[in-house]
Amino acid sequence: MTENNFWLKKIEISVSEAEKRTGRNAMNMQETYTAYLIETRSVEHTDGQSVLTDSLWRRYSEFELLRNYLLVYYPHIVVPPLPEKRAEFVWHKLSADNMDPDFVERRRIGLENFLLRVASHPILCRDKIFYLFLTQEGNWKETVNETGFQLKADSRLKALNATFRVKNPDKRFTELKHYSDELQSVISHLLRVRARVADRLYGVYKVHGNYGRVFSEWSAIEKEMGDGLQSAGHHMDVYASSIDDILEDEEHYADQLKEYLFYAEALRAVCRKHELMQYDLEMAAQDLASKKQQCEELATGTVRMFSLKGMTTKLFGQETPEQREARVKVLEEQINEGEQQLKSKNLEGREFVKNAWADIERFKEQKNHDLKEALISYAVMQISMCKKGIQVWTNAKECFSK
Amino acid sequence: MDMNSFSPMMPTSPLSMINQVKFEDEPDLKDLFITVDEPESHVTTIETFITYRIITKTSRGEFDSSEFEVRRRYQDFLWLKGKLEEAHPTLIIPPLPEKFIVKGMVERFNDDFIETRRKALQKFLNRIADHPTLTFNEDFKVFLTAQAWELSSHKKQGPGLLSRMGQTVRAVALSMRGVKSRPEEFMEMNNFIEIFSQKINLIDKISQRIYKEEREYSDEMREYGPIHLLWSASEEDLADTLKGVASCIDKCCKATEKRMSGLSEALLPVVHEYVLYSEMLMGVMKRRDQIQAELDSKVEALMYKKADADLLTEEIGKLEDKVECANNALKADWERWKHNMQNDIKSAFTETAEENIHYYEQCLATWESFLASQTDLHMEETSEDKPEAH
Repeated sequence: MTENNFWLKKIEISVSEAEKRTGRNAMNMQETYTAYLIETRSVEHTDGQSVLTDSLWRRYSEFELLRNYLLVYYPHIVVPPLPEKRAEFVWHKLSADNMDPDFVERRRIGLENFLLRVASHPILCRDKIFYLFLTQEGNWKETVNETGFQLKADSRLKALNATFRVKNPDKRFTELKHYSDELQSVISHLLRVRARVADRLYGVYKVHGNYGRVFSEWSAIEKEMGDGLQSAGHHMDVYASSIDDILEDEEHYADQLKEYLFYAEALRAVCRKHELMQYDLEMAAQDLASKKQQCEELATGTVRMFSLKGMTTKLFGQETPEQREARVKVLEEQINEGEQQLKSKNLEGREFVKNAWADIERFKEQKNHDLKEALISYAVMQISMCKKGIQVWTNAKECFSK
Repeated sequence: MDMNSFSPMMPTSPLSMINQVKFEDEPDLKDLFITVDEPESHVTTIETFITYRIITKTSRGEFDSSEFEVRRRYQDFLWLKGKLEEAHPTLIIPPLPEKFIVKGMVERFNDDFIETRRKALQKFLNRIADHPTLTFNEDFKVFLTAQAWELSSHKKQGPGLLSRMGQTVRAVALSMRGVKSRPEEFMEMNNFIEIFSQKINLIDKISQRIYKEEREYSDEMREYGPIHLLWSASEEDLADTLKGVASCIDKCCKATEKRMSGLSEALLPVVHEYVLYSEMLMGVMKRRDQIQAELDSKVEALMYKKADADLLTEEIGKLEDKVECANNALKADWERWKHNMQNDIKSAFTETAEENIHYYEQCLATWESFLASQTDLHMEETSEDKPEAH
């Protein structure tokens, strides 16, 4: 299927499997990693049937490469985040091990989610490298690197702590950056406490399971109460084991929140990019202004600004008119160039702001919709947990009352 | 005699009765009502101690009055228990709360400790009052009615310390013997007591652990809710939903506090009392064995010493009666005790189950109402977006 047709048809993407593999890394050392199977299906309009068109294996580092590429080529887009590299905000039962099957499973879902987000983004979905990611197994890494995106990447973006003093910051972006910081902070806090709550809840449920064993042993010596104790013990076991499913479901909820925790970073990246653009613009304008000043001074012979050249000419004698004219000419050329550059930078800046803001609005709506849904699903989970609890304790109560 | 009643009805009493169990039958048989309250600290140069006020209301003829108010300290309760054990070695005397709490008690007199002890002391006295035999014990009457100086002088009567010590030494030696010749039914009883003791101790530990876990869960929840509120401050569209979640979590938190207090009132004290009872039972078993052993040693003596045969035979006769009385007393009391235990345990766990059901029902209602409010909003929003039909 050609690239154009690819996007005309409705497609379904799934990360359907995960497999442990061993191979040799860049330093020729044995390593174990997980590979994920990506399957792409096109859906026929007529009968709604889906046909498998592409299927290939990718590992996490390739997803990272894809995302890094998208970040460079679409700096004005809030690029969907990847699932976490290492398990964080774990509560005690969960393993923090990357090879743990539960973690791998949740990562598989997260990677699928990432691809779906990119595929449903009006701009990102048209990217050729993304298309190749889904369709060209071999050589894809080379193709991406050939784009030279790493060179285009602004290293200053990585320097998170460096501040660039912008004289006229765009208030909207300042507010957005502030918001993304708050979002990141509040979601981290929430996830941390949620993990602790999960731990405690696990404890409460599991200790009840101990009743099961003891009641059962006790029932052996009781004639009248024996049966009641025995069945009550059974219900306590049921209660204790019910927490496993409950907390597994909650883990999916936590993953939904995590996605937006990482989205906050993507938001901040866009703001950062804008900040740097603004900074570069201001620097260019400043440079141009100083060159114009110099030019004017040379032309009129007045020195309004201190310059080393000026001082040296005063100390070591005037320069010849020819020398001066040569300098003026050079400056005029530079000023011309500078004005062109400033013009294009301004244009670039305005384009960036326009496109970025469009994507930010899109993102805001998506975020509000998704998080609301997630919070509602949390309520649904709580309801289900309460219903199970009522059931078990009603059964237990019956046994005790016998 | 009513098996379940140990909390008196006090229509005019301002005292609160916790652990009140409903009467099942024959409330009119109860004619002795006791409450323990108003712990007060007393400081002397030598020591600090707490006294409790004990109010007794009765219609019994043998009591000089119908109402008594006295102050007693823990030592006095210990004395009473000792006297009851002495007078009725094979009856199941109710247990007293422990002298000290073993685990990490920094201050002997913190409020929780005093309150728990007060409730247990009240139960102790009421159990005695409900016991068909113990209720008529003379020392019990003195305990409930005598003023402080009267009690002191009464305590000084009775077998001296030295003779009591002598008895203890002999008793230990004899009890070893008594175990071997234990009749079948008491072997069964002993077996039950051993296993029961193990199990009730485990249940006590499990229940305490559950309480601890619930407390820690509640602490975390208290931090969890407000985070959603904090988040709502930076959101517009999401603010209502977030506030809703915060409010639900807070309500569930309160419900969990209630569940915990239910546990600590209905289950923990009952289970703990039976832990102490199980220790008591082992003591009763020992005493029965001792009495049996006394008889057996005399019988053995008769076999080997033909001299003093008449004297021994007479002593044996008396001891045989003693053994028979002791055994019968224990058998009867055992049945009564077992029946009470089953009811108490069942009712404590039933109440616990009810607390849990109520907790989950409350949480369910909270979340369901939140969900309803969200879906209502959603309906409103979508109906606004619907294009008008032309």
